Amino acid sequence: MTLLTRKTFLRLLGAASLLTLSASVFAAPLKVGFVYVSPIGDAGWTYQHDEARKIVQKEFGDKIETTFVESVAEGADAERVIRNMASRGYDLIFTTSFGYMNPTIKVAKMFPKVKFEHATGYKTAANVGNYQARDYEGRYLAGMVAGAMSKKEVIGYVGAFPIPEVIRGINSFMLGAQAVNPNVKMKVVWVNTWHDPAKEREAAESLILQGADVLTMHTDSAATIQAAEAKGIYSVGFNSDMSAYGPKTHLTSSTQHWESIYSAKIKAVLDGTWKPEAIWHGLKENVVALSPMNPVVPKEVVAKVDAYKMEMIAGKRAVYQGPIYDQAGTLKVAEGKTLSDEELHQQNWYVKGIDGKIPQ
Amino acid sequence: MDIGLIENILFAMVRTGTPLLLVALGAMMSERSGVLNLGQEGMILVGAACGFIAAYAGGSLGLGVLAAVAAGIFVSLIFAFIALTLISNQVATGLALTIFGTGLSAFLGAAYVGQTVTGFAPIAIPFLSDIPLIGQALFAQDLLVYLSFILFAAVFVVMRYTRLGLIIRAVGENPEVAHALGYKVMVVRYCAVMFGGAMAGLAGAYLSLAYTPMWSEGIAAGRGWIALALVVFASWRTERILFGAWLFGFASILHLLLQGYGYEISPNLLAMLPYVITIIVLVMMMYRQKNQGLFAPRSLGQPYHPLK
Repeated sequence: MTLLTRKTFLRLLGAASLLTLSASVFAAPLKVGFVYVSPIGDAGWTYQHDEARKIVQKEFGDKIETTFVESVAEGADAERVIRNMASRGYDLIFTTSFGYMNPTIKVAKMFPKVKFEHATGYKTAANVGNYQARDYEGRYLAGMVAGAMSKKEVIGYVGAFPIPEVIRGINSFMLGAQAVNPNVKMKVVWVNTWHDPAKEREAAESLILQGADVLTMHTDSAATIQAAEAKGIYSVGFNSDMSAYGPKTHLTSSTQHWESIYSAKIKAVLDGTWKPEAIWHGLKENVVALSPMNPVVPKEVVAKVDAYKMEMIAGKRAVYQGPIYDQAGTLKVAEGKTLSDEELHQQNWYVKGIDGKIPQ
Repeated sequence: MDIGLIENILFAMVRTGTPLLLVALGAMMSERSGVLNLGQEGMILVGAACGFIAAYAGGSLGLGVLAAVAAGIFVSLIFAFIALTLISNQVATGLALTIFGTGLSAFLGAAYVGQTVTGFAPIAIPFLSDIPLIGQALFAQDLLVYLSFILFAAVFVVMRYTRLGLIIRAVGENPEVAHALGYKVMVVRYCAVMFGGAMAGLAGAYLSLAYTPMWSEGIAAGRGWIALALVVFASWRTERILFGAWLFGFASILHLLLQGYGYEISPNLLAMLPYVITIIVLVMMMYRQKNQGLFAPRSLGQPYHPLK
C-alpha cells in the first residue's frame, strides 16, 4: 500500500494536466455511439445500421471511435442506455429505432453538449437531429420487378400494422407494379404483429391460396420469403438482401444504406458545423437501393427499372406522380402534381387496384 | 368454397396446431402429477434456439431435434429443483423460468439471427395422403408432425390404460396417499416435469427447424401461454387436447384467411378467441363442479415434500 502524499498527488496532477494538454494537441477521437433495437445478426434493419457504422469507422480511421449497444428494448431500457452513453463522454449518439424518439429527446435535455441523431421519428431539438430513408422509392422499383414477374397478375403483401409507414410502402409497391402492368391487382393480409414468423408464414400461404404469385412483406422476419421459396413462387424482400432465404425465387430486396448520412453527420461534428435538422434521404443519396436481381428477371425489366431509377434520381419522376386514384376512384393526386412530404407521412388510403379495406 | 381450399385450410390448421399439441401434452402430464409449470414459453424458446444452433453447426436436423429436447429437459430441471426440491411457489418459479428462457435463448441465438438451415420438408405418405379432405392435412406433413401424432397416441395410452398413468394421476390427486402407498412422489413429479420440458423443447425445434427454419428472438410468440390455456380448455384430457390444439390453431389463422375473402372481422377480436373459449370452458367447469366434481388435479400447484 502506498500512501498518497501531497508530493505524489502533485506529481499525479502534473501528469494528468500533461495528458490533457497532449490530448488537446493531438485531438482525442470523436466518440460516436449507436443504439440498436435488435441483435445485429446477418440481415435486417439493425444489420444495415451496423454495416454503415463499420464503413464510417474505416472512413474516418482514428479520428473517431465508435461503439454500439444492441437489442435495446424501446422504452425505459432505451433511456437508461442512451443516458449511460451520454454520461460516458460520447459526443454523438445515433438512436436507430422509432421508439427511441422520446427517450432521446429526454436525455438530450440533460446533456446539452452531446449531439443526438434519431432515426425514423419526427421530433428535433436544439441538440437532436432526425434522419429517415425514403423506403417507398425502393418499394416502387421493387414493385416494378414484381409486376413484371407476376403471371397471374396478383401480388400478395403481408403487412404488420395498418399505420401510414406500412400503407405508404404498400401503395408505392402497387404503383411500381402498375407502371409495368396496369392490370395487376394486390391483396394485403395484416398479421397484427411485427414479429411472429409462424404467423407471417401462414399469412403468406393464405395469400398464395388466393392466387398471389409474387409476395412481399413489411414485417421483421424473412418467413414470407421462405414460404414463397417452399411453394416455388417469387418474392421481394425488405431491409436487407434476403436472397439467402429464397435462393431460387427471391427477386430483389429494397434495402437501406445509412453510411452517407452517418459520414456527413460525423464530418459536420468534426468540423463544428453540425446543426439539428430533419433529413429524409432516398435513391438520390444512395440511402435506399435495390439488392442484386435474380437472374430470372428479364434484361428489359432490369433496364426499365434502372431507367426509372435514374429519372427519379434526376428528379424527373416521382413515386406519387399524378394522376393517382384511390380505391373508390377519387382523384388523390392531380395530373402534374406530386405528394408533399407532409402528405406522404399521413397516408391512410389505398391506391386503385388494391383489394380489401384498411382495418380501422 | 371448393374442396381444394378446405383441404388447404385443414392442412394449415394441423400445422399451426402442432406446436400447441406438443407443449400442451407435456404441460398436461406435468399438471396431472400436480405440478403447474408456467415456464412453457421459456422452455420452447430455449429449445428452439438450441435446436437451431445444433442443426446449423452440426449440419443435421436430427441432431438439432435432440439438442432441443435436451435443452428443454435441462431448463425444466432448473424449475423442478427450485419448485419441488426447494419447495418454492410454483407459479412464481414458472414465471421466472419464462423470463429466464426468453433472455437465455436471445443470448444464445444472437449470433445465429439471419442464418438459415434447410428445414424438415413435408413427406407425403403414399395412398393415405390421397384420401379426400383429410389426406393432405394428416398424411402430407413433415416428420415432426408425424412424431407429434405418435407422442399423442403414447400419452393417450399411458394415461388411460396403464398403471403408470394411474400412479401419475394418484400423485396429482393426493400426494400424501400416494406416498403412503409407497410411490415416490418426488420421482414421479420430477419425471413428469422433465417430460414437459422435453415436449416444449420439441415444440421449439418444430418452430425453428420445420415451420419457419430460422432463429429469431421470441420465435414462440406466446404459444406457450396458449398451450397452458389449452390444457385447461381440454380439462386435462388427452383426446381433447388433440382437438383443442387444432381448434386453437384454426382460430389463430382464421383472421388471415377471412381477410383474404373480404370478411370484415377485427383481427384483434379473433386473436383473442382461444382465450375467450378457455374462459367459457372454465365457467362451464365450475358449474359442473357442483354436480360432478372438477377435472383439475386436486393437488395442482400445491407444494409437497414427503418429510414435511
